[in-house]
Amino acid sequence: MRDKPQNLQLNAHGELQHLLTIEGLPREILTRILDTAAPFTEVAEREVKKLPLLRGKSVFNLFFENSTRTRTTFEIAAKRLSADVINLNINTSSTAKGETLLDTVDNLVAMQADMFVVRHAASGAPHLIAGHLANIGNRHIHVVNAGDGRHAHPTQGLLDMYTIRHYKKDFSQLTVAIIGDVLHSRVARSQIHALTILGVPEVRVIAPKTLLPSAVERMGVRVFHDMTEGLRGVDVVMTLRLQNERMQGALLPSPQEFYKSYGLTPEKLQQAKPDAIVMHPGPMNRGVEIDSVVADGAHAVILPQVTFGIAVRMAVMSMLAGG
Amino acid sequence: MPKKPSLPKLPEAEALLRTLVAAMKPHAGPAMALVGIHTGGVWLAERLHAALGLSVPLGSIDVSFHRDDYASKGLRRGAKGSSIPFDVAAAEIVIVDDVLNTGRTIRAAMNELYDYGRPARIDLAVLVDRGGRELPICARYCAHTLAQALPAAQELVLARAGDDVSSPLSLMLKDRHDA
Repeated sequence: MRDKPQNLQLNAHGELQHLLTIEGLPREILTRILDTAAPFTEVAEREVKKLPLLRGKSVFNLFFENSTRTRTTFEIAAKRLSADVINLNINTSSTAKGETLLDTVDNLVAMQADMFVVRHAASGAPHLIAGHLANIGNRHIHVVNAGDGRHAHPTQGLLDMYTIRHYKKDFSQLTVAIIGDVLHSRVARSQIHALTILGVPEVRVIAPKTLLPSAVERMGVRVFHDMTEGLRGVDVVMTLRLQNERMQGALLPSPQEFYKSYGLTPEKLQQAKPDAIVMHPGPMNRGVEIDSVVADGAHAVILPQVTFGIAVRMAVMSMLAGG
Repeated sequence: MPKKPSLPKLPEAEALLRTLVAAMKPHAGPAMALVGIHTGGVWLAERLHAALGLSVPLGSIDVSFHRDDYASKGLRRGAKGSSIPFDVAAAEIVIVDDVLNTGRTIRAAMNELYDYGRPARIDLAVLVDRGGRELPICARYCAHTLAQALPAAQELVLARAGDDVSSPLSLMLKDRHDA
């Protein structure tokens, strides 16, 4: 029997102990992370892009699944906070020799780690690690989920919220549409939870039936299968990457078919509000879920998302490590 | 309810501000750059900047990222970030704060400034020195020194009566509750 991740990630004082999922976090914590991230954005403009908050701490990036971009932004965030960063691409090391996940963790605990940033293809792996740390009485090491299977990618969800707040100021009047492969997307799950917790009144998902989880409506979203209808009057358009590598079997006829119906083109985008922003978590499949004209156009805030991602990860790490 | 201070009446902030302006005036050259520490120090720096007619734009510092109690108390809520809109390397910087106490805030502010470059000079201007120093730091410009150091449990803070830059400033005592 395991605790729910929500119960593991807050300590007895209601402060963040681990960041495993956005689901179940109080709005106050999400807002506090976004507020904390704001001053960190300015650090990038200094001559010395370094703050001493994590000086002397060791951050281990445990990537059981490859992701150059996410790993790099976590690494930059930790280094700007003066932490020592150790990158482990574990699919190429110990697990290949047969070591279990928790054996690996025990070894890193013995190396006096202070934080684990975990990416794993299996949903629940970071949660398993956090539960193990609680079982062995370790309250000192913090776990950050950097994406687990189809479950959650909380820092991506948070940086998306930071981006929306940056451009739209307020969540309480917005209509937000999430387009594409919701079924395989941990990003979409984290986005939906975050948007709902922060009080966005209308969250839409636009996707073919085959790429939607069953009972997705129960997450508090309106479902659309048609782009023209779904994009009408929206303030924020969140495109998702078509998860080619996760696609098994015949969920889709072909990427070209997907582009025809669900690819974000300038024509389809005209349904949205004139000042709508277009987001994408990267890496983009141009000509599949998003047209190049949109990706490079005036509505796109895809590169600011990357920049804000560093500040948001700095905020999460410094909130976890302090005190 | 605020505790009644068993101490002499607090000096008037507006009168102290005039004293500070007079003390700084002879040194207010083209290289003088003011940097206020959030929040009281920024209010004060805004007033000083106008009164001294300085040309270098005003800077502000949030010391949250360099505080030495981060490991025990965590990150403070509501950090505002710093803004240094001039070239630090050429500047004769005056850090401005409302109250000088342990000196730890000033140490953190100096560390923060060094992240922007190597200042030509750093001075310190405060409205009140309340004693209780824990670091070798002293103010070049200080409008008032309390005859008797305040107990550590009491906090001396600057208040501003409105949101306007020229709203009247006043000093008040409150019980220190550490965030």
